[in-house]
Amino acid sequence: MAALTDQTARFNTLKSLPAPVVAMMALIGLGVLFDNFTNAYTQFVMVLILTNVVLATSLNLVNGFTGQFSLGHAGFMAVGAYTSAWLVTRPELGALPDFLKFLLLPIGGGLLAAVAGYIVGLPSLRLRGDYLAIVTLGFGEIIRVALLNSDSLGGARGMYGIPSTEAVPALGLTAFSAQFAVASVWAVITFVTLWRIVHSAKGRAFLSVREDEIAAEAMGINITQTKVRAFVISAFFAGVGGSLFAHSVKYLNPSTFTFTKSVDIIIMIVLGGMGSLTGSVIAAVIITILPEMVLRELQQLTGIDLRMVIYSLLLILFMILRPSGILGRLEATDLWKMTLGRRKAEDRKVEGQRVEGKA
Amino acid sequence: MKISRHCFLKIRSAMPALSLALVTVLALALGCTKKPTNTNEILVGEFGSFSGSEATFGQSTSEGVKLAFAEINKKGGINGKQLRLISLDNQGKPEEARAAVQRLITQDKVVAVLGEVASSRSLAAAPVAQQYQVPLITPSSTNPKVTEIGDYVFRVCFIDPFQGLVMAKFAALDLKKKRVAILRDVKSDYSTGLADVFATEFKKLGGEIVADESYQAGETDFKAQLTQLKGKKPDAIFVPGYYTEVGLIARQTRQLGMTAPLLGGDGWDSEKLSELGQDAIKGSYFSNHYTTESTEPIVTNFIKAYRDAYGGKTPDGLAALGYDAAGILIQAISRTTEITPKNIRDEIAKTVDYPGVTGKITINEKRDATKSAVVVQVDGKVNRFIKTIAP
Repeated sequence: MAALTDQTARFNTLKSLPAPVVAMMALIGLGVLFDNFTNAYTQFVMVLILTNVVLATSLNLVNGFTGQFSLGHAGFMAVGAYTSAWLVTRPELGALPDFLKFLLLPIGGGLLAAVAGYIVGLPSLRLRGDYLAIVTLGFGEIIRVALLNSDSLGGARGMYGIPSTEAVPALGLTAFSAQFAVASVWAVITFVTLWRIVHSAKGRAFLSVREDEIAAEAMGINITQTKVRAFVISAFFAGVGGSLFAHSVKYLNPSTFTFTKSVDIIIMIVLGGMGSLTGSVIAAVIITILPEMVLRELQQLTGIDLRMVIYSLLLILFMILRPSGILGRLEATDLWKMTLGRRKAEDRKVEGQRVEGKA
Repeated sequence: MKISRHCFLKIRSAMPALSLALVTVLALALGCTKKPTNTNEILVGEFGSFSGSEATFGQSTSEGVKLAFAEINKKGGINGKQLRLISLDNQGKPEEARAAVQRLITQDKVVAVLGEVASSRSLAAAPVAQQYQVPLITPSSTNPKVTEIGDYVFRVCFIDPFQGLVMAKFAALDLKKKRVAILRDVKSDYSTGLADVFATEFKKLGGEIVADESYQAGETDFKAQLTQLKGKKPDAIFVPGYYTEVGLIARQTRQLGMTAPLLGGDGWDSEKLSELGQDAIKGSYFSNHYTTESTEPIVTNFIKAYRDAYGGKTPDGLAALGYDAAGILIQAISRTTEITPKNIRDEIAKTVDYPGVTGKITINEKRDATKSAVVVQVDGKVNRFIKTIAP
């Protein structure tokens, strides 16, 4: 039996490989399409969407799946963003081909953010609920104030002129589609990694901590260790998101990473559904596009700037109509399976009737 | 059956999301379609913080800009063409400022962009204007780095260190002071910039810097530094800091029995200053962009027009700078034979002695404004206009 499950697991690993690769390719193809048919503004928003997908899904691991309320995501994002922006200027990295360098930079940002996540997580994850929220909030502020006071990183003036990847003629990519490709690759890596973690045995530990800490502990799960693990993974991808952010906006200022930025990301996961990765993706797309492209369009047609009013109203309406978020704790695939399941059930019923008829 | 109904409900409940997605796709399509451009209009973009924690900055500036546009349109526009302003909000966020300028330039195809107050948001957005070669004029970003971004970025306010020069001239030539002490905020670029320029210029004019002490923003006790200064018997003390500390410094100076006036820069410009300093700060001088007390006709006309347009509100410095930025742009556009961003850029760069509300503005080779500043004297709640000082 054990051998069998082992085999199935290995089989599953192989089986799960094509999907992300296809997704990556599709996204990169989409990037080429955007490159040819849209203007630079739309393209900028598209990269922002992918960045927000990374940020939202990673926060969902802590807030949604592990049930810990963190308000410090912007802090980890800032660590990743500044690390990446600093690394890119290092001459040691000059030898790397441009595109590869930008593909690897998020790792640097992510690793330092993960270290920060570990340092914050270890002492503070023994706390619960509101107390944890306050501690993570405080941490975010510490990062921001530290950045504000470090002259070498621009201080209050901020870091400007951060380079981003240039065109890669060898792969047929322009500056934008190369940038979009980097963001696509990382968005898919983030999503797939988190998806696999959540659906693994270790991932079940996260869920059990969310559901009932005492029961989880009774089952032999090290609560603090599990929380710290979730925190570190989440911080890593927040750093990745920060790095993508730094190279698309090309300007960093500590004022970007206030706790309102954390709240923006929390809105995304609440809207998408706490504990739904696909929900976070959908919500990240909606929340990024809504104020920028939809409401700005509306503003220019009507001539009045009610952008933020409508945006807030929509959020309130949405939360009233659908308090558990777009997908709740379901994934988009669950909906798909359910439709399939219904069809199968109906088929079976028809078949059963046929059998009955024969008899 | 139960399962299928449940499932149906789930799908139905996903409808809002689906419809939202549909709307976004529609909007995308809408955004991508080329809008018919009205050839009788000149499109100018503006971006600012109209909402968020710095909303008042953006709103004031925008009111000044809109006033200037309304005035030129009332006169019949430029060569029969009306000017249309597209104002986009950035909520005070640098990344949104970048998005807004990107939208203005690549989607709305504006010929020039006006904005931002804060240097951080100008630094985030100006590279976009530079990349697409569309001129950008910032009304009030004082950080020297902003115009260093490229030859399409201009400003109409003076940069920080200029105020050091103004106060040095004022102290030496008008107040006839010979011995001045400096008390600077070492942690602030702004403060050290002003202090350094003041010291060199004041020495050039034959004065003497008798002491140069420092403090850090956030401190509340300055007695140690002030006692040092007292021993040197200065005629005046230059404190180029922000109003919070300056108020306290003023009180402690008087407590130590020094009567020399304090001098400062536009960081003093707040109603809080007289609240904090009370009688101690009375009679001290600082430099500023503009004053509503001025008697020059251009200023009084502007204040009257602004009050008429906005229900009796008195324009602040940012509104005046917004008005001047728009004014310089309008004049530059009207001088061009063919309206293209490149031509407008060249004409903005040629601006000489533009009679603005905030002084006569000349754009120098660094694309910064060379202009006069005003010196005002603190007198309770109001600041008395003393003098306009040209560079």
